[in-house]
Amino acid sequence: MLNETLGVVYERPHTLTDVITHYCPGCTHGVIHRLVAEVMQELDIQHETIGVASVGCSVFAYNYLDCDFCEAAHGRAPAMATGVKRVHPDKIVFTYQGDGDLASIGLAEIVHAASRGENITVIFVNNGVYGMTGGQMAPTTLPGMKTTSSQTGRDVVTMGFPLRMSELLATTGGASYIVRRSVHDPGHINQTKKAIKKAFQVQMHGLGFALVEILSSCPVNWGMTAHDALDYIKEKMVTYFPLGDYKISDAVKALK
Amino acid sequence: MKELWKGNEAIAEAAVRAGLDAYFGYPITPQTELLEYLSARLPALGKRVFLQAESELAAINMVYGAACAGARTMTSSSSPGFSLMQEGLSYIAASQVPCVVVDVMRGGPGLGNLAPTQADYFQMTKGGGHGDYHPIVLAPASVQEAVDLMYGAFELAEKYRTIVILAIDGNIGQMMEPVELPPMRERNKSDFGWELTGARGRERRIITSLFLKPEELEHMNTALQTKDQAVRANEVRYVERLTEDADLVLVAFGSAARISQTALKQARANGLAVGLFRPITLYPFPDQALARLSERVNQFLVVEMSAGQMVEDVRLAVERKAQVHLLGKMGGLVPMPDEILDRIYAHMPVREEAALTAEEALLAAYL
Ligand SMILES: Cc1ncc(C[n+]2csc(CCOP(=O)(O)OP(=O)(O)O)c2C)c(N)n1
Repeated sequence: MLNETLGVVYERPHTLTDVITHYCPGCTHGVIHRLVAEVMQELDIQHETIGVASVGCSVFAYNYLDCDFCEAAHGRAPAMATGVKRVHPDKIVFTYQGDGDLASIGLAEIVHAASRGENITVIFVNNGVYGMTGGQMAPTTLPGMKTTSSQTGRDVVTMGFPLRMSELLATTGGASYIVRRSVHDPGHINQTKKAIKKAFQVQMHGLGFALVEILSSCPVNWGMTAHDALDYIKEKMVTYFPLGDYKISDAVKALK
Repeated sequence: MKELWKGNEAIAEAAVRAGLDAYFGYPITPQTELLEYLSARLPALGKRVFLQAESELAAINMVYGAACAGARTMTSSSSPGFSLMQEGLSYIAASQVPCVVVDVMRGGPGLGNLAPTQADYFQMTKGGGHGDYHPIVLAPASVQEAVDLMYGAFELAEKYRTIVILAIDGNIGQMMEPVELPPMRERNKSDFGWELTGARGRERRIITSLFLKPEELEHMNTALQTKDQAVRANEVRYVERLTEDADLVLVAFGSAARISQTALKQARANGLAVGLFRPITLYPFPDQALARLSERVNQFLVVEMSAGQMVEDVRLAVERKAQVHLLGKMGGLVPMPDEILDRIYAHMPVREEAALTAEEALLAAYL
């Protein structure tokens, strides 16, 4: 009876593999994986897409996102993606990187990929710590934030300041689409999905470098409940990392 | 028809003619002409990729990506840049994708200098990056040989899904010699069965070097070792000259072998029964051929432009059956034929019957 009257409103996209997650409870990597998978399905690019996984908790992105994949060295995903894309300009190439990977060890690679206007899509997950290695200070760790390698809180005098990557990358000539979003509640998750979709469409139209920075939680390493961690994004992270559009080129604006 | 070519540019042109699809590199002396040449040559051909990377780190990882995508791809550098590439090379080896790297060696360690050396021998032949792997390492002794080895390098790399390194010392990279260039080869793009192209109409593919379970990583390593055994069984190349009656055999590669050849001619003209053994593959090292030689030759003199790196492999190969001497020149200094001759005199007596005329020696010692 029920089946006849009710339609399916929500299901696993076929671009997401049907396996058990390795992510910690409350981690938002899983939400972001799903958004990427939904976008791949909606744009019908699953069989044209080559993903480049990075080193961090999302190193196993290829276990979940069902498309061709390679796995880069720590920080080098934008360079590896450059190699893939230059050889296959007609394919869709994206990287999925954490903040340690992208903003610390791989800073040169991301800045130069952006400044070359490399026609790739970058999903940049900013959770303020090095998740995979157990919660050390990242280049994005907030001032005062306690991590396993800044145990009394990040002291900006000796440990420096967090890097604002979207702002930085927006200054490069080759960047076409640079936005910062968050996944701390359903409304923001929807906005994040729209941005991810746009970032892939930018590439499909050959419009240059597109990056979506996503503020994400790491409850285990932050020492918080899943819920408190989402509140921490909403109350603390967005004040240092304001959500918004940092660069949208005219050609991207003209995209429907 | 022979034309006069500079080593670096001849290697670049040979790579183009061998079907190079995508080059990524970063300037460094004494390799830069290779990059400069390709920056003009590849785009002019259309559909071929040239990209100047932001660093050697980026360059080798671009090569890694292009290799995963199934392209014939390469980079070139010189020692300090080659050091930076070791991380990427370890990943490439683990992922079993083919690529070619040209290292035009210069003086080290550190920033060193721009003069020619052979001191990257360890880094090239022993793996260089972390973990167990060996690239195939080819060491030409002339510009012509560099061209010929480059021309076959991609197929060799593809055959074993491995890294092929051209070990060029600064002399070979910088000097001009008459060469015959091979014809332009059109590559018929075949489906290797492993490259990433988007999973249309087939199972998706994943290229990774991450195997968290020890059994799985052991399995991958076993595959690398099995491949390595095949390389060692099939790909050893070397040249022997006048070793049949030799009391002492010079062992040298690259331009050190060229200079040793001159010393050999003079030695033979003076009645010294000297031979020359020149490895073309530094890896796989021709250890069995050297072991056979050591059954009847009592003395080896290794001539290297380093503090002595290949000499270790020579010693391992002859297993104390013969004396192994070393003439190692460091700092970018090149050994002179007279120095080699002096060392030869120090180790062996003159034998009248071993004497050849200068003309005979010239012919016999031709590399
Ligand atoms: C060259 C190198 N240095 C260090 C590491 C160790 N390492 C693995 S993941 C990681 C940090 C990842 O943090 P991030 O990019 O923020 O991703 P997250 O795990 O938080 O998602 C580090 C330092 C490594 N694998 N390789």
